[in-house]
Amino acid sequence: MAETKVSAAEREPEARAAPPEEQGKRSLRDLFRAAEVDSRLVGLLGGLAIIWIIFAVITPNHTFLTPRNLWNLSVQTAVVAIMATGMVLIIVTRNIDLSVGAVMAAVGMAMAVVQHDWLPEWIGFDHPLTWVIAVAVGLALGAAIGAFQGTIIAYVGVPSFIVTLGGFLVWRGVAWWMASGQTIAPMDTLFRKLGGGSTGTLGGTWSWILGIAACVGVALLQFTKRRQRDRYGFRLRPMWAEIGIVVIVCAAILVSVGFLNRYYLPPALAAQAGKAGQNISLGLAYPVLIAIGVGIVMTFIATRRRFGRYVYGIGGNPEAAELAGIKTRGTIVKTFTLMGLLVGLAAAVQIARLNAAVSSLGTGMELNVIAAAVIGGTSFSGGIGTIVGALLGALVMQSLVSGMVLMGIEAPLQDIVVGIVLVLAVTLDTIVRRRAAR
Amino acid sequence: MKRRLLAILALSVLLLAACSNDDDGGGGSTGATGATGGGNVTVGVSWNNYNEERWAKWDEPAIQEALQACGAEYISSDAGSSAEQQLADVENLISQGANALIILAQDGEAILPAVQSALDQGIPVVAYDRLIENPGSLYVTFDNVEIGRLEAEAVFAEVPKGNYVFIKGNSTDANADFLRDGQQEVLQDALDSGAIKNVGESYTDNWDPAVAQTNMEQFLTDNNNNVDAVLSENDGMAGGVVAALEAQGLAGEVAVSGQDGDAAGLNRVALGTQTVDVWKDARELGKAAGESACAMAQGTALQDVANTEAFDSPGGNQMTSIFLTPQAITQDNLNVVLDAGWITQEELCQGVDPGTVDACG
Repeated sequence: MAETKVSAAEREPEARAAPPEEQGKRSLRDLFRAAEVDSRLVGLLGGLAIIWIIFAVITPNHTFLTPRNLWNLSVQTAVVAIMATGMVLIIVTRNIDLSVGAVMAAVGMAMAVVQHDWLPEWIGFDHPLTWVIAVAVGLALGAAIGAFQGTIIAYVGVPSFIVTLGGFLVWRGVAWWMASGQTIAPMDTLFRKLGGGSTGTLGGTWSWILGIAACVGVALLQFTKRRQRDRYGFRLRPMWAEIGIVVIVCAAILVSVGFLNRYYLPPALAAQAGKAGQNISLGLAYPVLIAIGVGIVMTFIATRRRFGRYVYGIGGNPEAAELAGIKTRGTIVKTFTLMGLLVGLAAAVQIARLNAAVSSLGTGMELNVIAAAVIGGTSFSGGIGTIVGALLGALVMQSLVSGMVLMGIEAPLQDIVVGIVLVLAVTLDTIVRRRAAR
Repeated sequence: MKRRLLAILALSVLLLAACSNDDDGGGGSTGATGATGGGNVTVGVSWNNYNEERWAKWDEPAIQEALQACGAEYISSDAGSSAEQQLADVENLISQGANALIILAQDGEAILPAVQSALDQGIPVVAYDRLIENPGSLYVTFDNVEIGRLEAEAVFAEVPKGNYVFIKGNSTDANADFLRDGQQEVLQDALDSGAIKNVGESYTDNWDPAVAQTNMEQFLTDNNNNVDAVLSENDGMAGGVVAALEAQGLAGEVAVSGQDGDAAGLNRVALGTQTVDVWKDARELGKAAGESACAMAQGTALQDVANTEAFDSPGGNQMTSIFLTPQAITQDNLNVVLDAGWITQEELCQGVDPGTVDACG
């Protein structure tokens, strides 16, 4: 992820007000503080690294840390990651959305019906616009459902837990009803690219170009930020920290691209394309690009837009926010609308990847999404949580699952491990935060 | 204030719409009675959730037809997925004068008191499709172990040696293990001799196709694509498996099984990306249940019902059961599902090149 840098305001207020630590432990923490790096984010990255290293050692043939598996992992993570970014804002405002899995099923079904049953009659099979219309319908429907639920929560005052619990039942039923429980398949050829697969990728060259562009972007961003701080007379980071961050982030981006580019078109497909024996890099898959794009846009919204500031303000103290003149109700409706929109996007990726829509789509997904946000450091007491954290949280969860499948661990045991890691992550986070506040 | 009113209004309109819709679905069946009052027996059918397409489309007409043929009257009720409601429904059916009951149980445990009370009153009970752990009831179902056998046989015929992956259903569903047992029976010798090798096996939460896809991707990674056959327990998961195979250019090269006769599954059989789809004709099930319920209502004792066999249930009861044989559908006998009117040729043959499959012309 490119966004290792987190603005000071996005972090919890306690961390800034914390008194100096005892002598023994201060060096590393002070280093982070001087560089203004979120130490919790570093902790999360550390946790992820530990999981990866363990799996790299213990999976048969060390398959975990191969380009192919990490490429799979990136695609498998995308759906949950996209939705987790929206869930962060919802939980930050002290709400919850239990309906995302069911909404995903309803919206996914609608998109499938549109492209499979309706559009072919009007504009014919595999029309170049089919995927655009289907995605637009999905996004609009998702946003509408989100806005509807959000309105009941914000303006009528029904707790979000109840409204979305109702939605959890209603939208699953709607999904069933749309096709009488039947599976709808296959999807439109262009639409399927959204799901990755072997056609839905950027290709090796463009992945490199994108990686380098991202590098330049990070450097420019860091530079302009520094200039702005200078202009307003804010405290500047030490120069070593500025350069260090750019170098580390850049290296991470380029190593990731380079590693993923070493996953080549499967031999059988290369042969079909008349390029047998050649190594053709697939590059980054579209679902991954979508997830990264969503992450960047959502971080921008959360930290640089008035709406985002309001969200964190409401989460920190709803009464104070209201008294300060923030339109809390409107803001809450917006968070749920945004969540619905993201669910629509995730549903498109999911049915494109599966090449089918089923009414059981996304069963239990709401729990994965909430878990990803929470592992990523989002707090149920409100006001705290980062988008990058949620993306990493999703990656941690999926890493655990796909590593355990490689090891041949059965599903019930997988659930046990994921459950323990979830509670462990939040426990550690709580202890660290309590210490910092003391 | 105005806004709040509007929101409440919108909600109530939605709720009303939802309710009225429910009525359309359930109302049609509740209290529907067969017009032929030739015989003097009545058979009551308790559906757990009539809203599922299958019951209205295939099962109910078959039961009605069987009852009509033997001159019994048909009454029914719908519990709307509620185990408590179903207890009341069964009592209602008895007070409406049912001489025999066919019960599609929402919960095979929760329904036990009602079943016992019916049996005590001398009213025979048919457990329809789902097991009710009372040895006094007649269990009518498709043989899940046999489905597993048929899946494995069809795939084994294509791939007599090589690497096999097993994609199983939900770990808490007994059927997932019945199916796996059937597959094991067929493959045991080949597994022992080393001709075929189990290179990956996994349960699938909620029979979720997306989970099956992810698991399949991991198995392919683990084995560097050296997978020759996949025994998927149903069609939904087979869809996920085929999507994972397609991403590696292996769809059609690797044998894949499934069951249920889903339109998408049968279409894959026609396309050649799925080897076999084990089809359970719900009409056969309805016919068998209707006939045996009618016979028992007219005084046939449980042990004298035709075509029964003994079955030791997971709960330790010796059940009297009718096991119907499912049918394996491969590219060679697709006309079976077409002739039965189960699927239209258009649905079955979507995307199939003309002249490659007989049933598609």
